[in-house]
Amino acid sequence: MSAHASTQPTDVKTIWGGGTSPFGISYGKMMMWFFLMSDAFTFSGLLTAYGFMRHKYHDVWPVAGDVFTHFPFYNGHIELAYVAFMTFILIASSVTMVLAVEAGHRMDKKGVIIWMFFTIIGGAIFVGSQAWEWYHFIHGTEHGAVREFIKDGVWVKEVFHGANLRVNEYGHPLFADFFFFITGFHGFHVFSGVCINIIIFIGVINGTYHKRGHYEMVEKTGLYWHFVDLVWVFVFTFFYLL
Amino acid sequence: MERDDIYEYSLDTHHGEEEGKKVRKKIYQVLGILSAITIFEVGMGMKFSRVESMQETLKYLFILLTLVKAAYIVLVFMHLGDERKNLRWIVLATYIVLIGYLLFICLTEAVYAGEHRAWDPVVEAFKSIVGGGSAHH
Repeated sequence: MSAHASTQPTDVKTIWGGGTSPFGISYGKMMMWFFLMSDAFTFSGLLTAYGFMRHKYHDVWPVAGDVFTHFPFYNGHIELAYVAFMTFILIASSVTMVLAVEAGHRMDKKGVIIWMFFTIIGGAIFVGSQAWEWYHFIHGTEHGAVREFIKDGVWVKEVFHGANLRVNEYGHPLFADFFFFITGFHGFHVFSGVCINIIIFIGVINGTYHKRGHYEMVEKTGLYWHFVDLVWVFVFTFFYLL
Repeated sequence: MERDDIYEYSLDTHHGEEEGKKVRKKIYQVLGILSAITIFEVGMGMKFSRVESMQETLKYLFILLTLVKAAYIVLVFMHLGDERKNLRWIVLATYIVLIGYLLFICLTEAVYAGEHRAWDPVVEAFKSIVGGGSAHH
């Protein structure tokens, strides 16, 4: 890995003189980095908007610990346990991805297949879990809360369960709006990541990259997959912990 | 025909069985660190998220720990730590500047906006409804 720097000239005059990549990486990988930069700007924008509104309406903002308490096959309430599990799944799938990349560096086709398979499974579990979280957030608690909202065209003041884009049982409606938008946008990224991983996985099985002499495609899809994990680390902190 | 306009750099990252063991050990170490931080964060959140006096400390602690986690993911998992210095800093410097600015918006500007909030029907509705806002302190 550190062989990177040593086998290529790093003298400023030489590397910018043409005939070589000044950054020592291929075109595809650099474009992936640029794409991830711009995608990160989008997520930063969304999370900053969330942070701004949260501080502005701090007195009517829900505590995430009260909202996300459900756990599968268990009727009681455990705060944040399921989302901690989801986070762990995503980090674990990031690890299996980096192991697939490492296997690719050794030209170990079988290793790449195994680790990419686990990565795809992890991603699928995460997307499923997110759908499950949404379901419980939309349906809300048994007791609900009194809210003033429009129902069948008229304003009513009654008990409301769960949350949608206009009414939120747990607190300010903006919390629900941001939740749906940010976790939805992130979930869509995970879904795309799983699809891309499956495409690359098929390529690995067919031996496309082995013939090429390197597994850089796995590395590139890996970059995207780690980025998805990276974004979740921030979403987890700002949405669930704070 | 061999093309001379494609430069292969991925071959430089190839390594043998011996080197692979070291790389894998590093990966598992980072997995341990990330898991430990996450468990610690959830624990702290469960214990102190309703303690008013702890809010500020908790906020900065979580932001700091999140940045630590992010650094491990970017530098080790995304191999940015192994890339050339110029690429590394193009990515990192941009975000270090940006994150500083975003934190300023979230923490300073937003609190000011909250203090000078105009009359807001949504917020007023919350305050006037008995049993409303079941989830805040």
